[in-house]
Amino acid sequence: MLCVEALVLERGGRLLLNDFSLRVSAGQLVLIEGDNGSGKTSLLRALAGLARYDHTGSIRRSAESLLYLGHKSGLKGLLTPRENLAWYCQSHSQSHGRDQRNADIEAALAAVDLVGFEDVLCHNLSAGQQRRVNLARLYLSPAPLWLLDEPFAAIDRTGVVGLVRTLVQQVERGGAVVMTSHQALQTDHPITRIRLGQA
Amino acid sequence: MSGAPLLPFLSACLRRQLLLAFRRPLEIANPLLFFLLVVMLFPLGIGPDPRQLAEFAPGILWIVALLATLLAAESLFRVDFEDGTLEQLLLTPQPLYLSCLSYVLAHWLLTGLPLTLVAPLFAVMLQLPPPALPALMLSLLLGTAVLSLVGSIGAALTVGLKRGGLLISLLIIPFYVPVLIFGSGAVQFAALGNSAQPQLLVLGGMLSLAIALAPFAIAAGLRISVDAG
Repeated sequence: MLCVEALVLERGGRLLLNDFSLRVSAGQLVLIEGDNGSGKTSLLRALAGLARYDHTGSIRRSAESLLYLGHKSGLKGLLTPRENLAWYCQSHSQSHGRDQRNADIEAALAAVDLVGFEDVLCHNLSAGQQRRVNLARLYLSPAPLWLLDEPFAAIDRTGVVGLVRTLVQQVERGGAVVMTSHQALQTDHPITRIRLGQA
Repeated sequence: MSGAPLLPFLSACLRRQLLLAFRRPLEIANPLLFFLLVVMLFPLGIGPDPRQLAEFAPGILWIVALLATLLAAESLFRVDFEDGTLEQLLLTPQPLYLSCLSYVLAHWLLTGLPLTLVAPLFAVMLQLPPPALPALMLSLLLGTAVLSLVGSIGAALTVGLKRGGLLISLLIIPFYVPVLIFGSGAVQFAALGNSAQPQLLVLGGMLSLAIALAPFAIAAGLRISVDAG
């Protein structure tokens, strides 16, 4: 699903990764570990295709679409959670009808415990709640490949448990997840761990 | 991946831009207020002689409209860059051409179009002869659209910079010059009782070219900016 070969990643004149290779196939849950500044975020951005000029080597994705969740939320503070998610669905071209889409969004918001906040402007929500709106995309995304940068940041403990369950469901139905986290991932599902050190 | 039908996507994109703008109504008023203030200053600076004002009016109106558009263009992608909307936009399977076009279209609907609509009012303040009003409005209608498209290229390229304001002016103003020349030329011709058709046709040509090509340049600019961000 994702094949990285001979990747050399550089940022701000610092060599982060040297001759890095990675192969991710369907059903795999990959956890990228490393200290702050070890290049986790840069690696995920490169994998997503957002940073194309700071690396050499090849990154091939067989999956046509992917879900990328970065440090920047991509949410609009002036829109409600419902409007934000509706845009997400529209721009990712699920061609269901409007009713189906609304039902999906309701379900996703319920899944991240935001019932009752659907029509509050996002900038009036707490940081954790905004994070949850962002994570609701996981429930709406048909993308087989998920690239998640610190998905647990600002999420409370029960939220993390639900989130891990969602990640496992994704890999069990044939998707793949590549994620970074400083928290321990508690699941019975086998995890491929990759540690980024000083290159 | 088979994309969604393109027209619904374009309209969804446009509706979102307009909705966001209407939730920040003060920013819509900004360019208009700027236009009003500067136009008001000219009679004070030049003197109230109607003949002299009428002579300068086409140039004044066009320069002020140009600067108002430039002012608004600078912040076109800024918020979306900072909150990560652009990142997500680049990852959608939708053609970036359309998203960029919708950004520009929304920008024009909120700056160029209102400027065009209020311009006759300001023209009267500056003693522009009434027969020149249709040429003024038509030239602004076509010209501000070109300005929005070209200005957005600069905005896309400089969005990653902390202080892009001066740089965008340096980048973009040379490309604004032809629009200014033909735009104010149209009004001057009409004010003298001639037909403004040649200038308006040139502006129309510029607009067609800009619509066809500018969104590609904007898309490339956004990719570069997000890449470096």
